[in-house]
Amino acid sequence: MALLRRSETVIAGILLLAMVLIGTINPAFWQLDNLFSLMRSNVIIGIMALGVLLVLISGGIDVSFPAFAVAAMYLTIKGMLALGYNGVVLPLLAATVMGLLFGAVNGFFVYKFRMIPLIVTLGTSAMVRGFLLGVVGTSMININKMPTALIDFARTEVVSVTKADGTTYGLTAMVLIYVGLALAMHLVLRYTMIGRSAYALGGDPEAARRAGFDLRKTIFFIYCAAGALAGFAGLLHSGMIWLANPRDFVGLELDVIAAVVLGGASIFGGRGSVLGTMLGVFMLVMVKNSLIIMRVDTTWQLVVVGSIVIVATALSAWRDRRRTA
Amino acid sequence: MSDGFIELRDIRKVFSGVVALDAMSLVIKPGEIHCLAGENGSGKSTVIKIMSGVYQPDGGEFLIDGKPVTGMTPIEAIAHGVQVIYQDFSLFGNLTVAENLAMNVHLGEKRRLMNWRRTRTIAREAVDRLGVELDLDAEVASLPTAGKQLVAIARALMSDARLIIMDEPTTALTRKEVETLFRIVRDIQARGIAILFVSHKMREMLEISERITVIRNGRKVAEGPTGDFDEALITRHMTGGDILNEPYVWTPPPGTQVPPRLEIRDLTVPGKCEGLNLAIRPGEIVGLSGLLGSGRTELALALFGMVPNHRGEILIDGKPARLRTTQEAIDAGIAYVPEDRLTEGLFLPQSIKRNMLATSYERLARNLVIDRSQAEEMTQGMVRAMQIATPTAEKPVMQLSGGNQQRVVLARWLLTDARVLILNGPTVGVDVGSKAEIHAKIRELAQHHGLAVLMISDDVLELVQNCNRIVLMHRGRFIDDLPAADVTEETVSDRLKTFT
Repeated sequence: MALLRRSETVIAGILLLAMVLIGTINPAFWQLDNLFSLMRSNVIIGIMALGVLLVLISGGIDVSFPAFAVAAMYLTIKGMLALGYNGVVLPLLAATVMGLLFGAVNGFFVYKFRMIPLIVTLGTSAMVRGFLLGVVGTSMININKMPTALIDFARTEVVSVTKADGTTYGLTAMVLIYVGLALAMHLVLRYTMIGRSAYALGGDPEAARRAGFDLRKTIFFIYCAAGALAGFAGLLHSGMIWLANPRDFVGLELDVIAAVVLGGASIFGGRGSVLGTMLGVFMLVMVKNSLIIMRVDTTWQLVVVGSIVIVATALSAWRDRRRTA
Repeated sequence: MSDGFIELRDIRKVFSGVVALDAMSLVIKPGEIHCLAGENGSGKSTVIKIMSGVYQPDGGEFLIDGKPVTGMTPIEAIAHGVQVIYQDFSLFGNLTVAENLAMNVHLGEKRRLMNWRRTRTIAREAVDRLGVELDLDAEVASLPTAGKQLVAIARALMSDARLIIMDEPTTALTRKEVETLFRIVRDIQARGIAILFVSHKMREMLEISERITVIRNGRKVAEGPTGDFDEALITRHMTGGDILNEPYVWTPPPGTQVPPRLEIRDLTVPGKCEGLNLAIRPGEIVGLSGLLGSGRTELALALFGMVPNHRGEILIDGKPARLRTTQEAIDAGIAYVPEDRLTEGLFLPQSIKRNMLATSYERLARNLVIDRSQAEEMTQGMVRAMQIATPTAEKPVMQLSGGNQQRVVLARWLLTDARVLILNGPTVGVDVGSKAEIHAKIRELAQHHGLAVLMISDDVLELVQNCNRIVLMHRGRFIDDLPAADVTEETVSDRLKTFT
């Protein structure tokens, strides 16, 4: 009974229903290569969603992570090219740290000046994007210049299948990174006091202060973690698509926030889980993927994602009202 | 006398030139139930904050166990055994009961990891210590107010409390829940823990406390064993004067065929109330009471156009009215002052003027432009008529006391030329002095302006004193319709107790 009432169960149910529906319209959906490609599309949005989940739980919102991701990615690759460095671990670390520092700027303004996170992150987002294009450069870095180590790393596969016609397809190992980070986030949220403090802050900031939580630590942790995840995802993304585009990720905030809200996180803070978020990400990616397969125009995809945000937010608001009633 | 656990001697506290406390003294003996009585704005909350270390006194002496204490922080206050249960309980609605209870222990131990099994053990102990039934896995937001209060009390008891301060603990509770709370309070006292009740509800103070201290304008004005006080005496101390209580008398206008101001025929709100019939004539004040969930609020909301799916007939001055939206209700001459004026009725950060005019802008802006001079005239007139204590109508409503806020809401509706006034808990959270003034205002409106008033309240005394008829509701139906002259507070309360 308790299991049935959980948001995750409901979301999983809806997801399953949607999969059956899409599978009926388009039987190719259930083919292994399509499922593998779906899971591959989950990775970047999913990693970013973990950060957004953390921010939403704490009662904030973050629209700056796509800017941070693109800045961390482009700066790192520019740096690698300038230094002639070809590796994986250090660049990923560098991108993560860059994202973390950007996030710290968000945390500073949200904590110190008690500013509304939406305004802070809108501002830092514009600043970072503008700085990147104005100072660092506007040209794309293509496959011919991309560091090969990154591309090779992102090509790693867990399983590989050869089709009858000789072409191969596989499941990218990046999925493992995503699942690993998700597991880590789950453990942080559920089994550490800093994770619980995010829930407390999102539940009632005044009560959290009175209870004696160190809200400065909490807020910095939240925004730094969101920034770090974005930076990491940004660089991983360029490895996966063999391209570093300083104008990448425009409009991605909508997709990611839609996915997190779809996954049952409350836009008002205090509620949300990693499992729900992963389901939400999967659902969103699947819907977008199906729209592409059905040859729906990209402009109409926007309409769909926008509607998802509205409907999912309305549903979660309705749920929260019913709980407190 | 230094037999007190905590003692305040001539405490003074000044906020940017405004004296909040001046010569405030209070002695709390170990293990006693003490009441601090005072009107809103008398300095009660400042006293709480000094005792809990949130504020430092600017003068006077503060003693714990007979020893002077200076510069106490909130954490030190807790170490001394002082726990405050705030009106909003300071709980996390999104977390479970267990986590709420164990949170302070985890934080106190400066833990980094969350141990869920230990959380449950801690919570189980806390709940057992209080001797109540609470579902540890329930989300706090899903609990009723009384349940949240239990969680807050259980949490306060976990630390080795010697004094628990309860700030207006009975405000949102039903009579039955108040009785449960009192039983728990006596139980806590039996363990040698002192309780300080901060309240302005006199009957409850007299019922529960052993000693009373009355505060007015930041000073102690009276102190003594509860047996030395009665309601009239406390009121006199709290307000500095007597308040007259004459019953409201309404005589039907002779020999005329005036239709009722408000008449409802067979009104039904699906699932909430059924087949309600009632007529209120001009000048009548009809009281409506019943337990929470009796359907009384739904009736009020239906009359104010907020329940579009209601059935039955509603007539205003004999003419059928269609009330499917609030705008239709306002146009029909219905005014509604909601139960929780703070969240439903007022725009707190906005000025008195804007709040008053909120429902009149349509009338003020006949040619699309707001007639500023007329707006000014209307607000000034109302500030004077309602005797709102403010130098200017530009002051934000949140800076006013509860009584003055309620008057702003009333003023707003008077400006719409309302003919039917529905008041839901008109004086909840309002102190005695303002309460009497609001009552006088309501009577005047009914008597001299011919309004029909429907007054919904839990405060039976309020109804008996101010209504000419009292209607009792239970499970969505009207049970009794009693002339106020034939009843007393006791008979009505006893009748209500039979509804379960």
